[in-house]
Amino acid sequence: MAVEMEVADGQCRLRPFSCELGLLSRPDGSAAFLQGDTSVLAGLYGPAEAKISKELPDRAALEVLLRPKVGLPGVLERSREQLLRQTCEAVLLGVLHPRTAISLVLQVLSDAGSLLSCCLNAACMALLDAGLPLAALFCGVTYALQPDGAILLDPTARQEQEARAVLTFAIASSDRKVLMATTKGSCSVEEMQQCLAAAQRAASTIFQFYRDSVRRRYSKN
Amino acid sequence: MAAMAMERGTAAEALVGQVVLPGDLLLLPAHYDEDAEGERLRLSAGTAPQGRLLCGPGLRRSGAGLLVTKCGLLRHRPGGGGAYWVDSQQKRYVPVKGDHVIGIVTAKAGDVFRLDVGGSEPASLSYLAFEGATKRNRPNVQVGDLIYGQFVVANKDMEPEMVCIDSSGKSSGMGIIGQDGFLFKVSLGLIRKLLAPKCEIIQELSQLYPFELVLGMNGRIWVKAKTVQQTLIIVNILEACEYMTAEQRKQALAKLSGN
Repeated sequence: MAVEMEVADGQCRLRPFSCELGLLSRPDGSAAFLQGDTSVLAGLYGPAEAKISKELPDRAALEVLLRPKVGLPGVLERSREQLLRQTCEAVLLGVLHPRTAISLVLQVLSDAGSLLSCCLNAACMALLDAGLPLAALFCGVTYALQPDGAILLDPTARQEQEARAVLTFAIASSDRKVLMATTKGSCSVEEMQQCLAAAQRAASTIFQFYRDSVRRRYSKN
Repeated sequence: MAAMAMERGTAAEALVGQVVLPGDLLLLPAHYDEDAEGERLRLSAGTAPQGRLLCGPGLRRSGAGLLVTKCGLLRHRPGGGGAYWVDSQQKRYVPVKGDHVIGIVTAKAGDVFRLDVGGSEPASLSYLAFEGATKRNRPNVQVGDLIYGQFVVANKDMEPEMVCIDSSGKSSGMGIIGQDGFLFKVSLGLIRKLLAPKCEIIQELSQLYPFELVLGMNGRIWVKAKTVQQTLIIVNILEACEYMTAEQRKQALAKLSGN
């Protein structure tokens, strides 16, 4: 059920995307998301019974676990888990399932750049697959600022290393609002705004890709 | 282009039978009229809606119309005010009042049994909620038994509560499920398909050989045929229905009935 896509966005191009929904049998929702050679597998469990210590009286408790390809999760994974959790919480209608736990496990299969945006996309597809109530969709877009000032959409690991700054945004489908922004390296305010505007344009392409992936899934019945 | 149109909202009728995603806005016919009339107050009775529109699973009311909160196929039922809902492929069950489900007894706690129904918390079932049960005459329920029952209380803030009798005190098919047989899980979408009136799959299977079948809205199916082998054949076919098309299923059944 993989959907291939390659789109020209000015001189910036997204790498070929591919997504498969519901390929794991045990979790309630699962998605494998590929962005070029970067791939992330997401499994979602819930709304399930919550531990008393984690239970929230008014909404579902969301837990995000990011597993690196090798070794144990470290500080970097923890900080990304936090970003992912806050992004998911912004769109998830957790009030409809109070006193429950939702856990999202993201396993990195290969990291070839733009890993955080791939994680965001995989997380959104897993939420969709599990059928949890969402107020909107979100997608992740990564930009790299090259030393010469050019901006590069969806950079590879090598391009990220050479870049002056790497910016990742999470964009919501409702009015293309920004849910999360994180930067590494130095960039001016103008450059950041330029990247943000470009990210909002690229988001339309990704949302269209989401729609096509879901259509493929539902075309079978 | 289609994505941009979605943001402003699309007429709900135009999307019936199509895939909708969370965040899509559906506009209702009454809403067009309001747009046309602008801010003018409407006093005549003629413009009043004919009935109440039902807003089913996966949809929420939002100021302008209906907001989609689940991905799936948009469905519509005319009549009265009409009803819209989203038919989605899910695996996790969320208790709904009136649903018939198969529960597994996990504990006996005084006057109530705790049942695992696949939801976020166990459901409770009173020992008096069986046909003919009195304080003296308790039903014989053991931990691990399967129970087919109906939800009388199911909402997000309360513990779900089940009964095995209808409003007139009759069991009407509910109660403890027999000793043997086979229980397995399928997706909630498949269960809804099987429970639809005149379901082709069930009709085709019933021509194979006689068997007993219990379908729970929580995705659990219990099957019992004359022999273990026959039971497992039914189980395998039902499990495969999730991925097979109608033609593939007919071929598989033809092969079986040939033997």
